[in-house]
Amino acid sequence: MPGTKYLQTPLKDDNLKELKIGDKVLITGTIYTARDAAHKRLVDLIEAGKELPFDIKGQIIYFVGPSPARPGMPIGSAGPTTSYRMDPYSPILLDAGLKGMIGKGPRNKEVIDSMIKNKAVYLAAIGGAAVVMAQSIKEAKVIAYEDLGPEAIRELKVENFPCIVANNIYGNDLFDEGVRKYKK
Amino acid sequence: MREIDVKEIIPIVRKLCIDASIYIGKDVVEKLKEFQEKEESPIAKEIISIIFENQRLAVEKQMPLCQDTGVAVFFIELGQDVHLVGGDFYEAINEGVRQGYKEGYLRKSMVDDPIIERKNTRDNTPALIYLDIVPGDEIKITLAAKGGGSENMSEVKMMKAADGIEGVIDFVVDRVKRSGGNPCPPIIVGVGLGGDFEQSALLAKKSLLRSLTEKNSGTKWAKVEDEILERVNNLGIGPQGLGGRTTAIAVNILHKACHIACMPVAVNIQCHVHRHKTAVI
Ligand code: SF4
Repeated sequence: MPGTKYLQTPLKDDNLKELKIGDKVLITGTIYTARDAAHKRLVDLIEAGKELPFDIKGQIIYFVGPSPARPGMPIGSAGPTTSYRMDPYSPILLDAGLKGMIGKGPRNKEVIDSMIKNKAVYLAAIGGAAVVMAQSIKEAKVIAYEDLGPEAIRELKVENFPCIVANNIYGNDLFDEGVRKYKK
Repeated sequence: MREIDVKEIIPIVRKLCIDASIYIGKDVVEKLKEFQEKEESPIAKEIISIIFENQRLAVEKQMPLCQDTGVAVFFIELGQDVHLVGGDFYEAINEGVRQGYKEGYLRKSMVDDPIIERKNTRDNTPALIYLDIVPGDEIKITLAAKGGGSENMSEVKMMKAADGIEGVIDFVVDRVKRSGGNPCPPIIVGVGLGGDFEQSALLAKKSLLRSLTEKNSGTKWAKVEDEILERVNNLGIGPQGLGGRTTAIAVNILHKACHIACMPVAVNIQCHVHRHKTAVI
């Protein structure tokens, strides 16, 4: 891989400036989980002018609904879910200060434009490599929407959580460029 | 006539659910290795290595390969000389699922209604159960634990005979192209041809039960599978959609007779976490 970069949350513009698509990144710090149902609730809160259950500024949302933790473990398997289902919501969260998203699969034009506008990034985690990813999650606690079960919002403490830069702040898209390179 | 108490089925189904979520089939590993050797993209090669590492860690830690442990789909062949006693057969399957998903720490991914309430049933039931009556006095239970990400990229199309086999191949390739990185490639492409609207979809799902290292028994179908596989891998999608030569590791086709006016084609996309396990009672 071209290079490995280290990211610490909350994200700073300076760290994001140097990210190129295809870079391998290792994230350390706090990240938040949310899938479709939680996204809908967060966006409803923003639209109603209410406060979010966590301070979203500079943060990363990981699109994941983990499997239950075995006793003594912080979390179960925890790989990414498909991101396009979050596309209708992401621009609103990016406008509210979100700086990074982790998921799998490409994003639509609205999300990519919003990432350019808000200087935010989208990182690809490997779908189906959920045990590997769980190894980098050291703590997990539900902080909102417990009723949603696997879809509740969790605060995760991660160490060297592995991702690949899929969209950087300049609008480059690995899903587009990578595929064009290997197409025959 | 052989009497089988449905309660015997519960622990068997329970074990199928847990085992399928942790232990990947040898055929998947073999195919992934074969494609990794041919892979040109360094990122793609590394992603496949991480998939192998995940398979190893799943067994070591007894954790499910993927957090999406799927909807529990059962293909059951029930011997016609079996007399089921001791309760409701379908309920016994569901009880096995309930126990397996709880005791295996598997994710409960079922909602009670598809759009209005979408309340999680919290035990991964109901299972989807397809039953075939066959000669004999055994019950063969196959579980396919199907993840949502790859299932969502599936499609049925009512084509015309005039579209020909080329038309069918174009549709399948286009379906994979439109799926891009969403279904967690490397994928397996299940194709169902013929039957009617709903049977084509079932054929596509059933086709995925054939071992990936086993060729289609019909030579002309084996050729179609090879052609689709080559065209799909020329799309450049690659592992996770990030570019590469390994988009699919196999194409499996199942076909059946159909009406003179019809030509149903179904594509069921399966991710590399290809979970299916069988038990015979
Ligand atoms: S598509 Fe397969 S590998 Fe990807 S998240 Fe779903 S079950 Fe897991």
